Amino acid sequence: MTDNWIILGATSSMAKAFARAVSSEGARVFLAGRDLEDLRVSASDCVQRGAEAAEAMMFDARQQPGFKAIVDRVAQEDGMINVAVFVGSMPAQSDIDADPSLIDGVIKDSFTGPAAFLQTIAPEMEERGGGTVIGVGSVAGDRGRIGNYVYGSAKAGFHTYLSGLRNRLTRSGGHVVTVKPGFVDSAMTWGIEGMFLVAPPEKVATDLLRAVEKKKNVIYTPFFWAIIMGIITRIPERIFKKMSI
Amino acid sequence: MLWKTLTYSGWGRVAEATGPVARPERVSSLAAALADDAGPAIGNCRSYGDACLSDGRSAIKMVRLDRMISFDADAGVLDVEAGMCVGEIAKIFAPQGWLPAVMPGTGFATVGGCIANDVHGKNHHGAGSFGQHVVEITLMNGDKTTVISPSKNAALFKATVGGLGQTGVIVSAKLQLLACKGDVMMVTERRIDGFDEFIEALDASQASYTVGWIDATAKGDALGRGILEEGETGYGLVPAKKKSKTVPFNAPRFALSKPIVKMFNSAYFRRVPENGRTSVKPIQDFFFPLDAIHDWNKLYGKQGFMQFQCVVPPGQIDALKRMLEKIAHSGLASPLAVLKRMGGGAAGLMSFPMEGYTLAVDFRSSAKALKLIAELETTTAEAGGRVYLAKDATLEAKHLPAMYPNLSKFSAAANKADPDGNFETDLTSRLRIRSAS
Ligand SMILES: Cc1cc2nc3c(=O)[nH]c(=O)nc-3n(C[C@H](O)[C@H](O)[C@H](O)COP(=O)(O)OP(=O)(O)OC[C@H]3O[C@@H](n4cnc5c(N)ncnc54)[C@H](O)[C@@H]3O)c2cc1C
Repeated sequence: MTDNWIILGATSSMAKAFARAVSSEGARVFLAGRDLEDLRVSASDCVQRGAEAAEAMMFDARQQPGFKAIVDRVAQEDGMINVAVFVGSMPAQSDIDADPSLIDGVIKDSFTGPAAFLQTIAPEMEERGGGTVIGVGSVAGDRGRIGNYVYGSAKAGFHTYLSGLRNRLTRSGGHVVTVKPGFVDSAMTWGIEGMFLVAPPEKVATDLLRAVEKKKNVIYTPFFWAIIMGIITRIPERIFKKMSI
Repeated sequence: MLWKTLTYSGWGRVAEATGPVARPERVSSLAAALADDAGPAIGNCRSYGDACLSDGRSAIKMVRLDRMISFDADAGVLDVEAGMCVGEIAKIFAPQGWLPAVMPGTGFATVGGCIANDVHGKNHHGAGSFGQHVVEITLMNGDKTTVISPSKNAALFKATVGGLGQTGVIVSAKLQLLACKGDVMMVTERRIDGFDEFIEALDASQASYTVGWIDATAKGDALGRGILEEGETGYGLVPAKKKSKTVPFNAPRFALSKPIVKMFNSAYFRRVPENGRTSVKPIQDFFFPLDAIHDWNKLYGKQGFMQFQCVVPPGQIDALKRMLEKIAHSGLASPLAVLKRMGGGAAGLMSFPMEGYTLAVDFRSSAKALKLIAELETTTAEAGGRVYLAKDATLEAKHLPAMYPNLSKFSAAANKADPDGNFETDLTSRLRIRSAS
């Protein structure tokens, strides 16, 4: 039976690479995001690459009333329902310092918005007795750092949410993969100083697919970020608080 | 962020540019980049010299705008964003019975780059140039987006195809694909013992795809010896795909020294049995043999390399032979030397292809090579031929008007489309192309 993949935040390059990967396996894809015009092009691209069908849908993490419509639309299709969450926003920490009201938006985009969406669709997944959620978090969520701790704390909240959701969906045969990418070569990191070991989005997409297949719970991509973060999270706080990494 | 300051080079790595580069992932961010700081579009920088460079100014890297917008399966017309690579199109469509009508020797060339250089392939004698199969182009220039085709805005179309990016940014294009039998190639290879036989064999070839590899180190009677490859698309079992390899570091100088190249070339020549052979190959092995080794340009070491490619009219075979003699005696040639028959097909004012024979030879960068190439360029000009700007890093501006008779017309069209010179590249400035009108 054809798998359904809902891809939230589908305009990002990581999401595009992932959508292409599942399309070439014949999935039915729903590309959800804010730039409908752009998503329509991505949808035709997915069809050419082998998707059974592809649809562009409006999704704004800050507009919860719209979530139900997406869930209802996808619920009309047979097959398992899978969701991959790529949404999030990361204004410069200095912008947030200047205007603390930006925090609300970051939390909505990176945490509460996608969490509310997953909460809305979870019963439908449970009813079908399976399906996978991929939640893209961030290594920034592993420890608060001076450079982006608002974004980091939103992602940390999302990580915790995903672990709870995993606990819940496992009971009905579903699964949740928490993904913590390092730096990915995308529009978000293009031209930002201090980027290193930047991974191509296609590499991340391959890692995601493998994690789904192997039912991994938490992955770092590329894998060496597990080591880097292992070290960073072990630095004693009394030292860490004086560092700027 | 929109811009990133990059230092980048063409495939030959002889020329370099440093400047802000935008790499939009959506058409709206492309428009934003153009509004912010307009510069020429670049593709995968598979041009050898400075055609894809914008030193000290902005450039817009198109590779992330690489989606298929629609495909008309009855007509075989693909609407595609300009950053998609031709090799990717071939990979997706060959199993469905379609190929890009024209493919250059690397699958990493983008659709935008193929249009802007009006590239040719191994089927040029039959199918013509890339631009002749372009049905429509969507062009962005400032806040204007224009749709152009051979019948609509025809003058701008002729200045855009083969137009070196000077008329604006190609956002997407509709390509007429070519029906093919499947995704394998039936390839016949045979040894050719010398230059005159090579010309005869190329003229006599009936194959859809033809290319000649030449041992540019062979002299005397063996001058111009090589291997003629002829191919047709076919279907059948595809041999298992080999994983591509990567050249991790710059090779040392001796790697392509004279004795090694001579030895390599001899072995390569004898690889094909005396009576020839026919084999089945995956399409990418036939069309893009060099792509199997990623970053093979590093084999030439840090100083980089140059490719000289010219085309001369059919009556100038002697000039071609003289060039080959000069190359063989110089001892500077690398293993990569190619001879092809070209038809008359060309789609733009500045297109390279013309009826005749085209010769392409790689040289590691050196003062001697520069001098040799300058001589070859003069011979080409005297023979009424052309040097291919997609490969060029060295041509003198004085040769250009004779080689490209539509130069002033092109220059006028480009200046009309882009009066502020936003889309000038290092190549167009070096050759003063925009001041030729
Ligand atoms: C191994 C190898 C084999 C090759 N074999 C052949 C061959 O057989 N036949 C042949 O004809 N060529 C051949 N080439 C040359 C190559 O096909 C051309 O240089 C081609 O233009 C490269 O495409 P690109 O996307 O890398 O463009 P770039 O090199 O990045 O740019 C080339 C030109 O196109 C313009 N351009 C790129 N994208 C756009 C756009 N979207 N809008 C407007 N202008 C744009 C640039 O401004 C520049 O002037 C070969 C190159 C290599 C490395």
